[in-house]
Amino acid sequence: MTPALIDDTTLYAVLAPFAAAVVAPFLTRWFKHNAAWLLAIVPALIFLHFTGFVEPVSKGESFVAAKAWAPSYGVNFSVYVDGLSTLFALLISGIGTFIILYAGGYLKGHPQQGRFFSFLFMFMGSMLGLVLGNNLISLFIFWELTSITSFLLIGFDHLRAASRRAALQALVVTGGGGLALLAGFILIISATGEIEMSVLLSSPDIIKDTALYVPIFFLVLGGAFTKSAQFPFHFWLPNAMEAPTPVSAYLHSATMVKAGVYLLMRMHPLLGGTELWTTVLPLFGGVTLLVGTILAVRQTDLKLMLAYTTVASLGLLVMLTGTSQEKALEGAVLYLLAHSLFKGALFMVAGTIDHEAGTRDITKLGGLRSAMPITFVAACLAALSMAGLPPFIGFIAKEVLYYGTWGWLELGLPITVTAVVGNALMLVIAAAVAIKPFLGPKVETPKHAHEGPVLLFAGPVFLSVTGLGLALIAHTTGELLIGPTLSSLVGQTTEIELHLWPTSINAPLLLSLVTIGLGIVLFTQIDRLRGLIGSILTAIGWGPDKGFDQFVAGIVGLSWRITRLLQSGKMQTYMILTFIFTGVAVLVPGFLTGSLPAMPKMPDYRFYEWGILLIAFFGLIAVLVANTRLTAIVSLGIQGFAVALIFMMFGAPDLSFTQFMVETLSVVILALVMTRLNLSPSDHRHGLAAIGTGIVAIGVGLGLTLTLLAITQQPFDSRLSDFFAQFSRSIAHGRNIVNVIIVDFRGFDTLGEIAVVVLAGLCVLALIRVRTKPEKPIEKPETVSQPTSAQTGEVR
Amino acid sequence: MRTIIFRTIAPYLSALMVLFSIFVLLRGHNEPGGGFIGGLIAASALAIFGIACGVASVRRAIVFHPMGVSGFGLFLSALAGLPSIFKAQAFMTSQWLDVHLFGVEIALSTPLFFDIGVYLVVVGAIGSIALALEEREVD
Repeated sequence: MTPALIDDTTLYAVLAPFAAAVVAPFLTRWFKHNAAWLLAIVPALIFLHFTGFVEPVSKGESFVAAKAWAPSYGVNFSVYVDGLSTLFALLISGIGTFIILYAGGYLKGHPQQGRFFSFLFMFMGSMLGLVLGNNLISLFIFWELTSITSFLLIGFDHLRAASRRAALQALVVTGGGGLALLAGFILIISATGEIEMSVLLSSPDIIKDTALYVPIFFLVLGGAFTKSAQFPFHFWLPNAMEAPTPVSAYLHSATMVKAGVYLLMRMHPLLGGTELWTTVLPLFGGVTLLVGTILAVRQTDLKLMLAYTTVASLGLLVMLTGTSQEKALEGAVLYLLAHSLFKGALFMVAGTIDHEAGTRDITKLGGLRSAMPITFVAACLAALSMAGLPPFIGFIAKEVLYYGTWGWLELGLPITVTAVVGNALMLVIAAAVAIKPFLGPKVETPKHAHEGPVLLFAGPVFLSVTGLGLALIAHTTGELLIGPTLSSLVGQTTEIELHLWPTSINAPLLLSLVTIGLGIVLFTQIDRLRGLIGSILTAIGWGPDKGFDQFVAGIVGLSWRITRLLQSGKMQTYMILTFIFTGVAVLVPGFLTGSLPAMPKMPDYRFYEWGILLIAFFGLIAVLVANTRLTAIVSLGIQGFAVALIFMMFGAPDLSFTQFMVETLSVVILALVMTRLNLSPSDHRHGLAAIGTGIVAIGVGLGLTLTLLAITQQPFDSRLSDFFAQFSRSIAHGRNIVNVIIVDFRGFDTLGEIAVVVLAGLCVLALIRVRTKPEKPIEKPETVSQPTSAQTGEVR
Repeated sequence: MRTIIFRTIAPYLSALMVLFSIFVLLRGHNEPGGGFIGGLIAASALAIFGIACGVASVRRAIVFHPMGVSGFGLFLSALAGLPSIFKAQAFMTSQWLDVHLFGVEIALSTPLFFDIGVYLVVVGAIGSIALALEEREVD
């Protein structure tokens, strides 16, 4: 069904968070942390707006809205609303509402709280633009915006080196993947000629049929895998836990990291189902699932445990999407929904514990249930969903996904085994996070723990209760949310039926029982497990995180070496290199293509014209025989004046005028430079060096002369000069054509040129000042995080 | 170079040059001249004044830091491109306004302000380079 055109309200819904980002700092200044209540209205309204789409979308309809952005390039700001984007938009705005409230409580009294809200809203808008994006280029722009806002949020606490490193790492990894994605999109556009996702989706085989399918597949995967932290790019996600907890709950579990999964799901009708797809995705997804859960068990920090299980869950989602089996895809959609709810809630719980008890190390926590009863209940509800126990949405998701993987003929068994092991470990973590801090004997914590304010517990409670509620109305959930989303994935309207309780004893139920059993056994052994994994990791001693550092150090080292090679710091070398390249550029093409100009006829000059040429020639000789540099400079000026005279004679008074001024000023400034820099008064180069530079000079001169001759021997195309001559008076009201061209016809060029003049002036000033300081050798930078003062120049 | 004659004449010479540069700037649209040439003349005036009477007196005379003048010029030029936007025309489309002042017709236009911007950029940038070089000892 072709998408129906709707009004611009949805476009404004995407832009609303950006507007909120502007006012957030002011509201926070006036209302302090209570501004959160006001600000949360924005995402809540967006959520309401998108609930309006649920019903028509579930009937198989889809919608588009667009505004022209850069129409000459086909770039529009356009949205495409179908099952998949509606589910994501609801998650982003719904969870976003509670994250804003939570951030109000979590950063209460923080001097930069307003800025934090601002960043959060900018992220929210970017994420909405991403999941609703119809135009590939605008989708990419929002994709990169999420990386940038994520960078800002991870580095929010920018005074700590660890934060800065984590922020930079996330930006490099996800931004690098973003570039791959851009390349993939450009290939899609050039291969199919289409730029709108909705058009592409209407003919699903359009990309699979092109010869560029394989490169497109891998480039899109590059974007998705880095964003969704798939092994071996997973390392940035746990490091991103340096961000304040609201960020971890929102970006790095519930929404942003799912952008990669979103992209894979969105592209599934276009790219999926091929042998390549069903091999690569399950492989990487499966490995990520296992690596994530194993590393999670090893941690003792609540946030890090959750972060690694997020990596694992993303792996599970990629693995399921990679099967291209309808039932497994249904499991993926269900799990995506369930994960966003329980992981968002658990992160907020972890943050509340950290906030109220002063630590989030599970070995230092215990017995908080009586101090924090509401948080405890929320944690339990979310953890039960994460563990995949009934009657929660996590349970339904697990049943369906087992059903899907078990039924897959080709690779069903290994995938199912991976899923079972992963889910069992997930249960272990869920139990550790929910039980360990709350049950058992009371442990003395750094802060006297008590229940957090309503701003802090509203989010976890609501999200975890939603996880329960959606499961209790499983049939409706399936009909309104899961079914339409699945339809987007498979590319045709699909109806599904969900049940909370299994209708019969079947393989998925037995697999669930195995999962639970295995999980409980492993949980009793968690300390031993942790020690075992720890010693194995120590034995390996290397990981992608370390690899990232080595990679960055390698890049910095390489660029340092190249810089040393090219930037010798000697003016002479720079000049000679520049002139050699100029000479090659003007000489070589003429000889290669055989387009050398014909020998010009001896022109019929008048005597005074010969006189001026003679002056120029004497100026040249004077430069060559000059004893001191100052004489040479002045002699060079003679040549310049001769050229100015020639301009004058051929009727170009403006050029001539300017040439006179430029020559005068050059001589003055060069003379000043000479006196200022204490150079030796005469040139020290003799013999071979002089011959070498002489050859370069003659080469460049010859090249330029030949080029000019070749140009003047072409027939003169007078269209431009005719245009200027004709219209300079009538359109631009000026008789001086040169000036009219400079300030009016080609004014935009001039604007660029004067910007260059300003910058050049600044650079020269800086250079003159640097010269007065004692020379300091450029030191090799040690690491990225500690830039040396030599890099920044350190100018007073 | 600081001879008595030069030092006495330089201020007058510089003032004349600046005046001339403004003349060249304003006539540029119809006769040879314009912001760039005018700027170069004014920059030479500053350089001469600096050589004769010292950089400190030049800096006092022009009040603002020359780089600031330059930056303002760039700002003015960019600004001159904006009015057309309010008339739903492309950026930098020239706008003309004929003003009658004391019986004289003066053509005010966005290209004129643009050219003044160019003039300031050139004076500021070249002037600040020349002055910085003339200063024997920097702070």
